[in-house]
Order: sequence, then C-alpha cells, then structure tokens
Amino acid sequence: MNTPHLWLAVLAGAALAAAPVSASAAKARAPVTYTVTLKDMKFGPTPPAIHVGDTIEWDNEDIFVHSATAEDKAFDVELKPKAHRWTTFHAPGTYRFTCRYHPGMTGALVVRP
Amino acid sequence: MFLKAIGVAAALTLAAPAAYAAQAPNDAQIAHIAYTAGTIDVAAGKQALAKSHDKAVRDFAQEMVRDHTAVNDQALALVKKLHVTPQDNPTSQALSKDAAAKLASLAKLSGPAFDKAYVANEVAFHKTVNAALSNTLIPDAKNAELKSLLQTGLKLFTEHQTHAEHLAAGLK
Repeated sequence: MNTPHLWLAVLAGAALAAAPVSASAAKARAPVTYTVTLKDMKFGPTPPAIHVGDTIEWDNEDIFVHSATAEDKAFDVELKPKAHRWTTFHAPGTYRFTCRYHPGMTGALVVRP
Repeated sequence: MFLKAIGVAAALTLAAPAAYAAQAPNDAQIAHIAYTAGTIDVAAGKQALAKSHDKAVRDFAQEMVRDHTAVNDQALALVKKLHVTPQDNPTSQALSKDAAAKLASLAKLSGPAFDKAYVANEVAFHKTVNAALSNTLIPDAKNAELKSLLQTGLKLFTEHQTHAEHLAAGLK
C-alpha cells in the first residue's frame, strides 16, 4: 500500500471538494433586505455595507414626494408620501445618492461582492 | 393686533420680547399665517412655471408648488381635525399684500431677469418665513400637532432656502 500517495489523493480530494462547497456557500448566502427611512427631509442611516443581491427598502415617512436617485444613475426610485419601494443591488461599488427634488438630501451605500 | 404690519420681514421677525409677550398669536392665527405663507409660495411657483424657460428654475418652482401644497393640505386636514378655524390677522394680511406687490413686479420681468428676481425673492422669503417659524410661530404654538407640523415645515423650508441659495449662486 502506498500510504503517502493515498494521503495525497485524500488531501487533493478534500481540497477539490472544499472549494466548490465554499463557493456554493457564498452563493447560497441568503439576500438581506435593509430599510433606509426618509424622514424630516433626510435619508436615515444606511447599513455599513451590504452585499450583491441584497435589497434596500426605501421607506418615505415624510408628507413630501422624494426620490432615491444614484449619482451614477444606477437607480432612480420615486417615493410618494408614505410609499415604500425596493432596490436590489447587482453590482459592487459605492453608490452615492440624493433626492432629485431636494438636493440637500444625500446618502451613500457600499455594496460588497 | 399682535404684530404691527410694518413690512412683512419686520412683522414676522420683530417679536420684541416685552411687547410681544402680551400679543402672542393664538393657534388659529398661527395656522392662518403658515397657510398664507404656503399659498404665497405656491402662487410664486406657478408664476415662475408660466414665465421661466430655465430648467433649474422650473424644477425649483415645481418643487415649491408640490411641497407647499403638501404642507398646506396637511394643515387643512389638521385644523379640520382640531375643529379650528384659521383666523385672519394683520400678519397674514401683510404677507398677502407684500406678495401681491411682488407678483406684480415680477410679472413685468422676463428671461434671465425674471429668473434672478424670482430666485432672489425665494431666498428672502424663505429666510423670513424660517425666522418667523423659529422665533415666533413654533414657540407660540400651543397644540402639539400644530407645533409638530410647523417643525416639519421648518425642516422643509430650510431645505428650500438652501436650494434657492445654490440656485441663485448658479444664476449669477
């Protein structure tokens, strides 16, 4: 019996098996929905970072029409008073956004792979 | 008369503490003043939409019409709920008189001259109203819901003032 070869084969097999498991685990990460509240003419706190596949629920608690509009035009969500709308992020990056009706309202989101 | 109508800005920001204490407006009067201020800015915005061809000015005017209408709708709903009838008063009358004169003077202008004059007036108007809200109307409001709506209005109008100031700088 060639023990070293057997162990090498076992280790190699384990390594090959581990990689797909790890990758599929990452792919299987359940998407998360976070809420960003618009209130008193401000965007509320954003999560420190979200991941590709995650969703932001924009929750307009003001009595005014707002929007969540990315500076790079990646998204542009119109938010009527008391409306809720959702944006799912499909690409990593830093998204700076504003309300196109009220330019003083700004925020940023970091989306990780 | 709780405020002398000696000019809108002065009337709204005067509030000499000693004399004013005995003349503080009641909630019905405060509601009327706030509603009147909103109505004035809606009219000014509509005039700008009818006269201006500048996209930034038109966007701003649309914002004024939309937001002030929203606040006034909320104010109407509130006074109805509270069974309060907004009460006309000298400050409201001074506001309306001054606004009518301003609308008339702006009507004589066109093009960039109108745009600059409209935006400059928006800066001045929001400064005046915000000072009045901060120094007079909010402190004097007795009803908590009215006070809260006025505070919401102040946040909105402060954003409007900033927007108008940026717009004015861009028009120079």
